[in-house]
Amino acid sequence: MAAPYTKYLRMNRIPHMWCPGCGIGIIVKALTRAFDALEWSPDDLALISGIGCTSRAPGYMNMHTLHTTHGRAISFATGVKFARPNKHVVVISGDGDASAIGGNHLIHACRRNIDMTLVIVNNFIYGMTGGQYSPTTPVGARAATSPWGNIDIPFNIAELAKGAGASYVARGHVGSGVQLERLIRGGLDHKGFSVIEVLSNCHTQYGRRNRLADPIDLIDHIAKSTVNIRKAAKMSDGDMEGKYFVGLIHKDENRREYCKGYEQVIERAQMSK
Amino acid sequence: MQKVLTGNQSAAWGAMCAKAQVVSAYPITPQTTIIEELADIVAKGLLDAKFIKVESEHSAMAGCIGAQAAGARTFTATSSQGLALMHELLHWAALARLPVVMANVNRAMAPGWSIWTDQNDSLAQRDTGWLQFYCESNQEVLDTTIQAYKIAEAVNLPVMLILDAFFLSHTYEAVDIPGQEATSKYLPPYKPSIYLNVDDPHAFGGIVPQDIYMEFRYKMQLAMDEALIAADKADDDFKAMFGRGYGVVEEYRLDGADYVLVTSGTVTSTTRTVIDDLQEKGHSVGLLKMKMLRPFPAEKVRKILSGRKRVAVLDRNISVGMGGVWSQEIRSVMYHLPEDQRPPIYDYIVGLGGRDVTPEFIEEIALDLEKRPVKDCDQVWIGLKE
Repeated sequence: MAAPYTKYLRMNRIPHMWCPGCGIGIIVKALTRAFDALEWSPDDLALISGIGCTSRAPGYMNMHTLHTTHGRAISFATGVKFARPNKHVVVISGDGDASAIGGNHLIHACRRNIDMTLVIVNNFIYGMTGGQYSPTTPVGARAATSPWGNIDIPFNIAELAKGAGASYVARGHVGSGVQLERLIRGGLDHKGFSVIEVLSNCHTQYGRRNRLADPIDLIDHIAKSTVNIRKAAKMSDGDMEGKYFVGLIHKDENRREYCKGYEQVIERAQMSK
Repeated sequence: MQKVLTGNQSAAWGAMCAKAQVVSAYPITPQTTIIEELADIVAKGLLDAKFIKVESEHSAMAGCIGAQAAGARTFTATSSQGLALMHELLHWAALARLPVVMANVNRAMAPGWSIWTDQNDSLAQRDTGWLQFYCESNQEVLDTTIQAYKIAEAVNLPVMLILDAFFLSHTYEAVDIPGQEATSKYLPPYKPSIYLNVDDPHAFGGIVPQDIYMEFRYKMQLAMDEALIAADKADDDFKAMFGRGYGVVEEYRLDGADYVLVTSGTVTSTTRTVIDDLQEKGHSVGLLKMKMLRPFPAEKVRKILSGRKRVAVLDRNISVGMGGVWSQEIRSVMYHLPEDQRPPIYDYIVGLGGRDVTPEFIEEIALDLEKRPVKDCDQVWIGLKE
């Protein structure tokens, strides 16, 4: 019997184009399991993406899908949400898509706190185009465009989202699918702009250049570089050097959701007539 | 020195030979290997340049504009959606009269998503004030990159050289790399007359009121007119020095031909073989290769096409609602000729989204041209599925 979450997949589009061992599969599964746990119908879901390996996900998912231009998925999604405020709008994006070319849209969606969920697959590299360094590539890491090591200081995407005003911010990783599903479900269920950063493996483009060519080794490396946020609170800055805390980072249920605010201003404007 | 290079590597090696000083770029398929090759070339010390990897194509062109305004020779490369995102800054580079050089790998626009070739991305930038050169081989890509700087810097306008996705960008050919000494003689260091210089201060991008804006545009038009001459000279000088020239247009077996096929990009190479076969079989058909779109080589085209029986333009692009762009341009410049000198011009739409343009298709066009009624010369779609 098919697993309950296969109803969210276009099974006739499988096999997918991702490399064997790619973390995106784990993330798509966590996403579909979260949809299933919330008992959301595919008819009520819109999944929107930009460009990159991650952005190919909507092609395999059985719901309303839009595969849009590089970096602009959040802008398209904002249009969808405004036209259909009662639908669940989810954006799936990569680190290059969401934080480089689309960085401006990311921070402004956080600021507005519009009710949608953004899953950012952070694999530290531009995978699809062949391994150029991205805004999350660690300092010193090698990429096609930094053959002698990257000198750009990376973004901390979760902290950026929190600082910009997102009302639900979490970070998970592909080494812990159960926790990831729980974090995504929390974001989907939250009324406001939810950002779930997922540390993922691109062994093909990132791993091969950084002595982590085996997917298991790279996932293991990612898992070992994470610290649960509760444990992290008790650790010194020195101990946290090079580590990523994971878990629910920020949740604010009082920050006004944007569509709600919009309804209120329309109401005020029409009352004054 | 001979090397086996892809079209993309040829563009990178061209920028190296031209001694670009600043490279500012963003990855996009199928262009990415151009900037990767350049990152490697810079890292190995083969080129003394600064390499900036930015956060979008818009920023890539902004980086080139900044560097060029500061007096540096710049290079970037992009494709399709990336070129479209750059659109605002394409105008900016041209109107600021900065001779930036860029390689664009022709890739179809989305949606539906495609990474394969057609010309709609670059043709949509026709009116931005950039010179455009469409290349046929990897050698031509490399040589045109070097020539591009010569022309751009002579007229203070930016130059885009264009190569087909995959057919050129990712296929290998033996390419001759000109020696550094000779290249430096052909293309001396960039010495702009106006740049951001503390000893001779200038401002770029000021507000221009209604009473002088038109004059700026007129000067651009004059520069484009000059570019017609500069492009020929750059090619002649190149040929004199390196033994290879291309011409802004090329006539192939056109002597006495009644029928003419007009092509650009890699379709040209395939068409050459078809022309050889057809002439063998006694057909009076030749080939006109268009390399330069802007400035448009109007005089040359008029001279070559006037008095022919019929002309077929193979357009790997479509301006939806009108037709192929090359055919419109050619019809427009032919209109002034006396009626008996003006052949009917047929517009054949081919190979969109990377669909293969095979010798069979081209032969079909050549034979169709001989018998199709003139009233049906607009938008003949070739190889269309039912």
